[in-house]
Amino acid sequence: MTAIPFYAQIINLLAALLLLLSFAMLAQRRVLSLVNLFAMQGLSLALSTAIVAYGTAQPHLYWSAGLTFVLKVFLLPWLLHRLIRQLDVRWDVEGLINIPTTMLIGIVLVVFSFNLAVPISELASTVTRSTLGIAMACVMLSFLMMITRRKAIPQVIGFLSMENGLFFAATSATYGMPLVVELGIALDVLVGMLILGVFFFQIREQFDSLDLKHLEKLKEGE
Amino acid sequence: MIEILAVLGFPLLGALLLAWLGARPNAPGINVAVSLLTLLAAAALTARVIAEGPLLVLDRQFFVDPFNVFLVALTALVGFTTSIFSRPYMRIEEERGRLTPAKLRLYHSMYQLFNFTMLLALLANNMGILWVAMEAATLTTVLLVSLYRTPASLEAAWKYFILCGVGIAQALFGTILLYFAAERVLGAGGGALLWTELNAVKGQLEPTVLSLAFVFLLVGYGTKTGLVPLHNWLPDAHAEGPTPVSAVLSGLLLNVALYAVVRCKVLVEGSVHTSFARELMMGFGLLSVVVAAFMLSRQKDLKRLFAYSSIEHMGIITFAFGMGGPIANFAGLLHMTAHSLTKSAIFFAVGHATQKTGTQLIDGMRGLITISPMMGWGLMLGSLAILGMPPFGIFASEFLILITAMREQPWATPFLLAALAIAFAAVVSKLQPIVFGETNATRLPHRPAMVPVYTHLALVLMLGLWIPPYLAQWYRQAARLIG
Repeated sequence: MTAIPFYAQIINLLAALLLLLSFAMLAQRRVLSLVNLFAMQGLSLALSTAIVAYGTAQPHLYWSAGLTFVLKVFLLPWLLHRLIRQLDVRWDVEGLINIPTTMLIGIVLVVFSFNLAVPISELASTVTRSTLGIAMACVMLSFLMMITRRKAIPQVIGFLSMENGLFFAATSATYGMPLVVELGIALDVLVGMLILGVFFFQIREQFDSLDLKHLEKLKEGE
Repeated sequence: MIEILAVLGFPLLGALLLAWLGARPNAPGINVAVSLLTLLAAAALTARVIAEGPLLVLDRQFFVDPFNVFLVALTALVGFTTSIFSRPYMRIEEERGRLTPAKLRLYHSMYQLFNFTMLLALLANNMGILWVAMEAATLTTVLLVSLYRTPASLEAAWKYFILCGVGIAQALFGTILLYFAAERVLGAGGGALLWTELNAVKGQLEPTVLSLAFVFLLVGYGTKTGLVPLHNWLPDAHAEGPTPVSAVLSGLLLNVALYAVVRCKVLVEGSVHTSFARELMMGFGLLSVVVAAFMLSRQKDLKRLFAYSSIEHMGIITFAFGMGGPIANFAGLLHMTAHSLTKSAIFFAVGHATQKTGTQLIDGMRGLITISPMMGWGLMLGSLAILGMPPFGIFASEFLILITAMREQPWATPFLLAALAIAFAAVVSKLQPIVFGETNATRLPHRPAMVPVYTHLALVLMLGLWIPPYLAQWYRQAARLIG
């Protein structure tokens, strides 16, 4: 086996961190800590993208890293913090399934994604290919977070962290998407977040809470 | 090139203009005017394509071929007629206190922005930009669906946002995988996501990666197309949003999402030499047709009823493209056109009918034809057209799809026929008392917009009897392209 270059080892470390943070988010009960974890996830994503850019001499990845840094470490967490302050929801993560069970399902999902990623990473020529499985696992874990959370804000954080996982997948499999696409995706995420912010207030105004059980009236039949 | 810029520029500038002007009395008029300009630009583009053939312009970022040219024209046309319909409709809604000037400003601006995103998705050559445009279309329609700010509409919009957000994230993953496969052949950089480039080298793309990519892309864009079992957002979003929005959602957005699926299918088919993609599409399509047909009879809300009918028709089209071959593809394209025209016409009629009776529950609407024969007949004829009665265009396309199915996929034919029969019984039995019988409808303060309804129905009738030669030519060329 050939030696792994130093920068690739750092990337692997960051990838592991990313996965760990996904699990931490899955286990977190407080909304504010959840936002902080999300910011940390963004930070490790931005760092790993920057290191890939440095290690493989792909200048356009610096842009992508910078974009991730600004958007996911500052802008979105700041927006979320503001929202949470204004809406005054702090202790607000309620799951449909209890946390230990969610974690166990999470482990199964990780194993599944690693298996799914094997045929693809064998084809990849990037040094970061081994992290593709982790990227997929992050996507799956965020997905799990979205479906097991009752409240609106944790669901949205799950959605955003899914976006993180997808970006990581793009970096590790292909050294990132073309810049114009990444810019477009970033714009969509930002606009989406702003819309959701407005939306939260409307939901609160209507129902006096952000509990999604109020949003289960539209059913078939009856 | 100037035509493409105009097609995209008018709605974008219109959105900014309408956001800036706010809810003036003439804002609906400006909305119609901008849509008309877009339609004229689309007509010019169409004329250019008829004269010169496919276009690939602006550093290969935009392209027009027989497959998307008619969809661009259709989108611009339905966008225009819907803006005409929305003028009296939204005025009545405002007078009834369901809308404020601020909401109307949002509505007009988002309506144009929504048109822009759909046209961008259709014209973009870059699969990444296609994704970005689809996501942007979701975001604009979320705001449109929640326009009334009622609990039900907020719920519908939330469901729509989360389900389509997750779906579209799957499609992004599919796009990443596509880029991954393409990069090995075309090299890194912007070229590797251009559809025309991908199509040229599709034989060399890695089949394993492309199969996996297609699963994600189909699930992703399929959520937006409303394929069962990913359809949950669709009836709510259609029923709770304002009716012009239901009309463009059903008539246009579903088409655009399906367009994305088919573009991806062409690439996958060229790389994976098995019937994998076809079978997947046929499966999803058939499931949608059957499930939606059974759901139709359980609906109590008129707009939900037609939302399920949209799921059914999207299923039929997906099934047709899944079967493939020149006839089924031709029929699929024809069905796309006819469904979009008919369904938006129905929603126009339904919109005014709900205003006349003050409810959209089927049990509360009676005897439309006594008060306004035009509207009653519009609704009845539209429904007969959508159910596949001759001589309308949908009959022609469904007939072609059925005979191809009998020849190539005989196992599926009984399901299709049974579903069509069940749908027919369900819709007719619900519609009959709404149109005929004792009336509870009242007169509207403004003249309802019936011209768009009959224009669309006339076009659908024409498609059933005679397809313009260049349109048939495009269908044939596009059918060959889809394979």
